[in-house]
Amino acid sequence: MIGTDLTVILPELVLVVYAMAALMWGAWRGKDAETPMLIWLTALVMAGLGAWIGLEPEGTATAFHGAFINDGFARFTKVIILFSAAIVLLMSQEYLRRNKLLKFEFPVLITFSVVGMMMMVSAGDLIALYMGLELQSLSLYVIAAFRRDSARSTEAGLKYFVLGALSSGLLLYGMSLIYGFAATTSFAGITAATTGEHLPVGLLIGLVFVITGMAFKVSAVPFHMWTPDVYEGSPTPVTAFFATAPKVAAMGLILRVLFDAFGGVVGDWSQIIAVLALLSMFLGAFAGIGQTDIKRLMAYSSISHMGFAFLGLTAGTAMGVQATLFYMAVYVAMNIGVFAFILNMERDGQPVTKISALSLYARDDLLRASALAVLMFSLAGIPPLVGFFSKLYVLQAAWDAGLSWLVIAAVIASVIGAYYYLRIVYLMFFGEQGEGLDGSMPAVHWAALMGSAFVMLFGVLNLFGVFDLAGAAAATLLK
Amino acid sequence: MTAPANGGATQETPAAPGQKGTRAMGIAAFAFYLFALVAVVSAFLVVISRNPVHSVLWLILTFFSAAGLFVLLGAEFVAMLLVIVYMGAVAVLFLFVVMMLDVDFAELRGQLAQYLPLGLLIGVILLMELGMAFGAWEFSVGHEAARAAVTPPIDQVQNTAALGQIVYTQYIYPFQAAGLILLVAMIGAIVLTLRHRTNVKRQDVLEQIYRDPAKSMDLKDIKPGQGL
Repeated sequence: MIGTDLTVILPELVLVVYAMAALMWGAWRGKDAETPMLIWLTALVMAGLGAWIGLEPEGTATAFHGAFINDGFARFTKVIILFSAAIVLLMSQEYLRRNKLLKFEFPVLITFSVVGMMMMVSAGDLIALYMGLELQSLSLYVIAAFRRDSARSTEAGLKYFVLGALSSGLLLYGMSLIYGFAATTSFAGITAATTGEHLPVGLLIGLVFVITGMAFKVSAVPFHMWTPDVYEGSPTPVTAFFATAPKVAAMGLILRVLFDAFGGVVGDWSQIIAVLALLSMFLGAFAGIGQTDIKRLMAYSSISHMGFAFLGLTAGTAMGVQATLFYMAVYVAMNIGVFAFILNMERDGQPVTKISALSLYARDDLLRASALAVLMFSLAGIPPLVGFFSKLYVLQAAWDAGLSWLVIAAVIASVIGAYYYLRIVYLMFFGEQGEGLDGSMPAVHWAALMGSAFVMLFGVLNLFGVFDLAGAAAATLLK
Repeated sequence: MTAPANGGATQETPAAPGQKGTRAMGIAAFAFYLFALVAVVSAFLVVISRNPVHSVLWLILTFFSAAGLFVLLGAEFVAMLLVIVYMGAVAVLFLFVVMMLDVDFAELRGQLAQYLPLGLLIGVILLMELGMAFGAWEFSVGHEAARAAVTPPIDQVQNTAALGQIVYTQYIYPFQAAGLILLVAMIGAIVLTLRHRTNVKRQDVLEQIYRDPAKSMDLKDIKPGQGL
C-alpha cells in the first residue's frame, strides 16, 4: 500500500532526499566556497527531474487516500516549475558571489520551496494543499531576507512573512468553514458535497476566504500590497525567483482548488475571479507608470499579468484553463530573460536598479538592448511576438464565455500598461546621455536572455507545441 | 486531521443546555460558559493591558480557557497539547522575548488608538458576516456519513489512541510534510541569525584528551644567579 503511494510521489521524494543530503553536506563541510558546485548540482537535479516528469506516461495516479494527485495538469506545471527554478538558480550564482551571499543554504532553501510547489499543484486535499503552501512560503520568507545585513532585505522578508501569515490564517479559516459544511477535506468529497443548485452562504464565505488566501500568493489586487516592497527589497536573484516558479505554482494551486474541488459551481466563483482580474490589470497598468526602479516596475508588471492570467480562469472552460496555463508558461519564459538582464545592471561593481540608467544602452551593446526590447514588446503584448498570442488566447477564452465587458476592459488595460514597457525601449534607443552601465554578462545570463528573446521571436511559428501540451493538461483537470 | 478527535465526541455542544435537564448537563453548560467568558475577557485584556508582561500572562489564561473548552468537546489530546506546547513553551518564550527586547510599548499603543476605528469597523463587519453564515448554516447531504466514516467508536477508542492510529498511516503524507516545514524553519533561523565569529577561542575536546604532560610541560633547570 505504502509502496505504491511512494512510487507516485517518487520525484518529490528524490528532491526532498537530495535537499536533506545537500544540507548535511554543506553543514559537514562548512565551506561556502563549495556553494557554486552545489548550485550547479541542484540545478542539474531539478532539470533531470523535470525531464523525468515530462517523459512520464499519460494517466492519473493518486496516493495517500487521494491527498496527492499526479495527472497531466500536475506534470505540466511541475515541468515549468522545475526548469524555471533551475535556470534562475544558475543565474543567481554570479550575483550572490559579487555580493558575498554565497551560502550553501541558498540552493537548499530553493529546493525545499520547489518541493512545496510540487506538493501544491498535486494537492488533492485541503490539508496537503496547506502543507505544500507553507513549505513553499516559509522558504521564500527566508530567502527574501537572505541579505541579512541590509535593512531593505530584512524589511522585505519580515513584511512578506507577516502578511503571508495573515493570508495563511484567512486560508485556514476558509478551509475550516468548508470542512464544517462538507465534513471532509478531500477535493473529491467536496465536489460530491457541492452538487446543489447554489452554495449555502457559509460555504460561500469559506470559499471567499480560501480564494483570498490564494490570491495573496499570486499578488492579485487587492491583496498585492506586499509585492512592490518585497520585489524591491529582496536580493535580485530572489526577486527573479519570486517572479517565476512560485507564481506558476500559486496559479496551479488556484486552478486545482477551483476546478477539482469547486468545479461543479463555476458560476459562484467566476465573478470573484473576474473582479480580481479587472482590478489587477488596471492597478498593475496604472501604478507601473510612475515607477523609477526596475524591480518595482516588474512587481507591478507581474500584478497586471496575473490579472490577465485570471481572465482565462473566469471563463471556467477547458479552453480558458489551457489559455491560462499557456499564459503562465510564456510569462515565466519572458521573466527569465528580463531578469537575466536586470541581474547584470551594474555600474562600478554596484548593482543599479534605476530605470534611467538604461539611457542609450543600445550604443553600448546593441545586441543585448535589442534582446531586451524584444522581451519588452512581448511583455506589452505587441503583435508578432509570443506575448501577444498568450494575451490573445486568454481574451478569446473570456470572449467565448460571454464576458465581453471584461475583454474590452482588458484590452484598454493592456494599452495603458504598454506605456511603461515601451518607455524602457525608448530610453535604451533614444534616451538622453546618462551615466550608463558597465559590467560584463556571464555566459549563463547571456544564454538566458538571448534564448528567451529567441523564443519570443520565433515561437510564433508553432508556439513550440506548448499550447497543445497546455490543452492536454487542461483536459485532465476538467475531466 | 482532528476529525476523529472531536468529530463524534459531543455532537450536542454544552451550549444548548436544558435539553436533557440532567444535573451533568448543567455542570457542563456551566463549565462551558465559565471557560468561554474567561477566554473572551482575558483575550481582551491581552490587547489592552498596559504592561506587556501582564499581556503575556493574560495570554496564558486565554490558552488555558481554550484548553478547557477542548476538554468539554471531548478532545483531550488537543487540550493537553495546548497546555504543554502553548502554555509551557510558546508563552514562556514570549515572556522571555518581551522581557529581553527593548520595545517602547507606550509608543506602539499610541499607534493602536490611531488604527482603532478602522480595526473596529472591520471587526464588526466580519462579525456580522459570520453571524449571517452561522444563522443560515447548512450541512452537505452526506455530512453525517462522512463524519461517521472517520470516527472510531467513542466508547472503545480514546481520541489520543485514535489519532495515534492514523497519524502515521493515513496522514503520513501531511505529517511528514509538517516535519519538512519545521526543518525549513530551523534552517531559516540559523541562516538569518548565526554569525561565525573569527577571533573566538573554541574548546577542542580531542586535543585536550590527547595532551600529555611530556608535551605540555617544559622543565627548565635554571641556575641561581643566571637568567634565561
